[in-house]
Amino acid sequence: MREVISRLGKYTLVRAILLILALIVAVYITVIIANMGGELDRIRQAEVRSEIGMQVYMNPAYRKLPPEELKKLIDTLVETEFRRLGMDEPFFPKRSFQYLWNALTLRLGWAERMMSDAGSRQVRLIILERLPATLLLFGTANLLLFFLSLFVALFLSRRYGSLLDKAVIALAPSSAAPGWFYGLFLILIFAARLRVLPWGGLVDAPVPETMLGYALSVLKHILLPAVAVVLSSLFASIYSWRTFFLIYSSEDYVELARAKGLSSRGIEMRYVLRPTLPPILTSFLLVLITMWMGQIVLETVFQWPGLGRTFYQAIAIHDTPVIIGITVIYGYLLAATVFVLDFVYAILDPRVRVGAAEARA
Amino acid sequence: MAEFSARLKELGRYPALVAGLVIIAIFVGVSIYTPIVLPYSEAIRLWRGAAGVWEDNPQNAAPVWLELFTRDRLPRTIVVNTADDGTKTEQPIGDGMKRVEITLPFQYPYDGFPKELKLFIEVSYEGVGVPAALSWRTADGRTIVLQENRLLKRSDIYYISQDEDLRTQLSGMAPHLGLFASPEDSEKPLKGDYRLVLTAEIPAAAQLDMKLTVYGQIHGLAGTDERRRDLMVALLWGAPIALIFGVIAAVGTTVLTYVLAATGTWLGGKVDRTFQWVTQVNLIIPLLPVLIMFGYLYSRSIWVMLGLVVALNIFGSTMLTYRAMFLQAKEAPYIEAAQAYGAGNSRIIFRYLMPRMAPTLLPEFVLMIPTFVFLEATLAVLGLGDPVIPTWGKVLEAAFRQGALLKGYYYWFLEPAILLMLVGVGFSLIGYSLDRIFNPRLRTV
Repeated sequence: MREVISRLGKYTLVRAILLILALIVAVYITVIIANMGGELDRIRQAEVRSEIGMQVYMNPAYRKLPPEELKKLIDTLVETEFRRLGMDEPFFPKRSFQYLWNALTLRLGWAERMMSDAGSRQVRLIILERLPATLLLFGTANLLLFFLSLFVALFLSRRYGSLLDKAVIALAPSSAAPGWFYGLFLILIFAARLRVLPWGGLVDAPVPETMLGYALSVLKHILLPAVAVVLSSLFASIYSWRTFFLIYSSEDYVELARAKGLSSRGIEMRYVLRPTLPPILTSFLLVLITMWMGQIVLETVFQWPGLGRTFYQAIAIHDTPVIIGITVIYGYLLAATVFVLDFVYAILDPRVRVGAAEARA
Repeated sequence: MAEFSARLKELGRYPALVAGLVIIAIFVGVSIYTPIVLPYSEAIRLWRGAAGVWEDNPQNAAPVWLELFTRDRLPRTIVVNTADDGTKTEQPIGDGMKRVEITLPFQYPYDGFPKELKLFIEVSYEGVGVPAALSWRTADGRTIVLQENRLLKRSDIYYISQDEDLRTQLSGMAPHLGLFASPEDSEKPLKGDYRLVLTAEIPAAAQLDMKLTVYGQIHGLAGTDERRRDLMVALLWGAPIALIFGVIAAVGTTVLTYVLAATGTWLGGKVDRTFQWVTQVNLIIPLLPVLIMFGYLYSRSIWVMLGLVVALNIFGSTMLTYRAMFLQAKEAPYIEAAQAYGAGNSRIIFRYLMPRMAPTLLPEFVLMIPTFVFLEATLAVLGLGDPVIPTWGKVLEAAFRQGALLKGYYYWFLEPAILLMLVGVGFSLIGYSLDRIFNPRLRTV
């Protein structure tokens, strides 16, 4: 028993260290890309220089100064500003590691250009402001998608080969297109032609005053994007779960249970669902994490004020702190989930014995 | 031959597969046909639309097949110039001058109004400008003075539709409507013979020519966009680009991942662990944002994007799936037998492990193609499409950005969208059928 615990502890430690290393490397790569490998500094410096030059030339107090002194003044001002922004240090290695360290310790800092709607430049506040919209949309859509496909798949696996089964399976190729693509079609039908649902956005303008009015307005706006998300992967998801259940329900032990005369409900709960629990859980957790990033294009198409669109806007205006902030939180969420999943697997699936693979190898 | 027909019969059991193959075969056909009729450099030249290339095309004109859905005859573009149908009379009037009268007649048989009217005038004369009088004769014989005294420049374009004085004269109707409207019912254009007449006095040595373009509401099989470009160019060239992008990305990622997964699993130990770790790093870096950042900061070339997509997908989540498969496969007795007779690592990996799992690879490979075809469209919709090459995604993006849905130019959005959808569905049909064929377990359950 003790041996098992110590092995478990060692295994956990190794896993955790490897995961953290992976996280550090991934965040560092993001830092480098988001700064164009340091190239962005040159753009920033040129901007600072031209801005300060502008201020000095516009300032009537300096109008009488001779050109050489003006130039000197600008140079000192620019140097001070560089020092204030920390840009007097080279990007490699010092500043890049500073970015990395701040990101990893979740000191997200201040956005360079972006502002939250409330007027704050803190990356944390910007993210917190946009998060609810993303969670609302993708929480609704993804959970609906997940449970709907799971139940339909289970239902179909019981009626394998029936007309309904065939019809649903024939629809699987519809999932080739991403959500935003269906979104455009839905906008065409319901907003442009029928004019019954809004084109995009989160609520009506002006914002309804009562709680109920607000909720109804949000509901009206969430309908199209949510349906687009569900539609874009529902049938493929049903297909893969159904295949999965079919494979598990043709296992020998299920046949044995059937031969023993157990009720089909009992067989399903105990012999089919139990062993399929780990993969179901994995995909559920992945569904939860992917919610974090939102969907960049879908949010852009529907003008949904969520994190995905914020991320895209941040990239478009080279707002490095916001890009790194969103990525690093995603990285932490993913790493934590992967870590937790290992344990959950061990608990749910007795076949996954800790260290068994190593022992054999 | 008998075997072949037996095979075909076997295929017939999978109508979805046949349908998918037919769809893809058509697109492959188009992809081969396009570069032959419209060479790449010509397509780029047309799509970039330098001055003059599209000047006689209407803006945002619907495709001609739209006429099938209406009983009206929708107006097409009419171009009349001096060289073809126009008549030109010249009369010397002394002082080294001559009087020129040009008449441009045309027939207007349509039920709708034109989109726009433009007159292109060329005078080979260096000077301040020649005064000219322009008038319009409607089908019922009324004469409307367009301009009494227009100073003609060397290359003069008279935007008749935007002439504000003319609009006032036509009691507020836009000139391209007012000049055609019937006096009884201003909602309907008068059908019949119209003519535009120009008279000017120019030096005897000078030349004067002109061209009238009456822009229609429909144009070509695909319609035009806001820059008057024929969408057909992009729709045709989109096919080979989409197929090449999708197939190369899918081949690149699946095959490389497959080889690496087999190698890693077989060698085990450090190699395997490194691969798993790199996969983890890669999973934390989100694909689309990195592509977007790369597009904004470095290059938007479709080929650079393609390389990046492949590179970022090699250690993607499929790595984990393949690894799980190979872990099972490597325990098989025949692998042990191969080892026993002394087969080397590379022999076992390439000759024994990989072929064994190939049937699972094929459906997945085919299913992956549409993902990448749509990825190109996704990048294009975000404004990161290739700056030069016309693609379906770029047409879609232009339609979206220009508010095609809002303004009712549905064809503009629907054409690329339906083509994308068809390619996606075609490959998916094949992929899902292959899945059923190669996973016999599913067939027999």
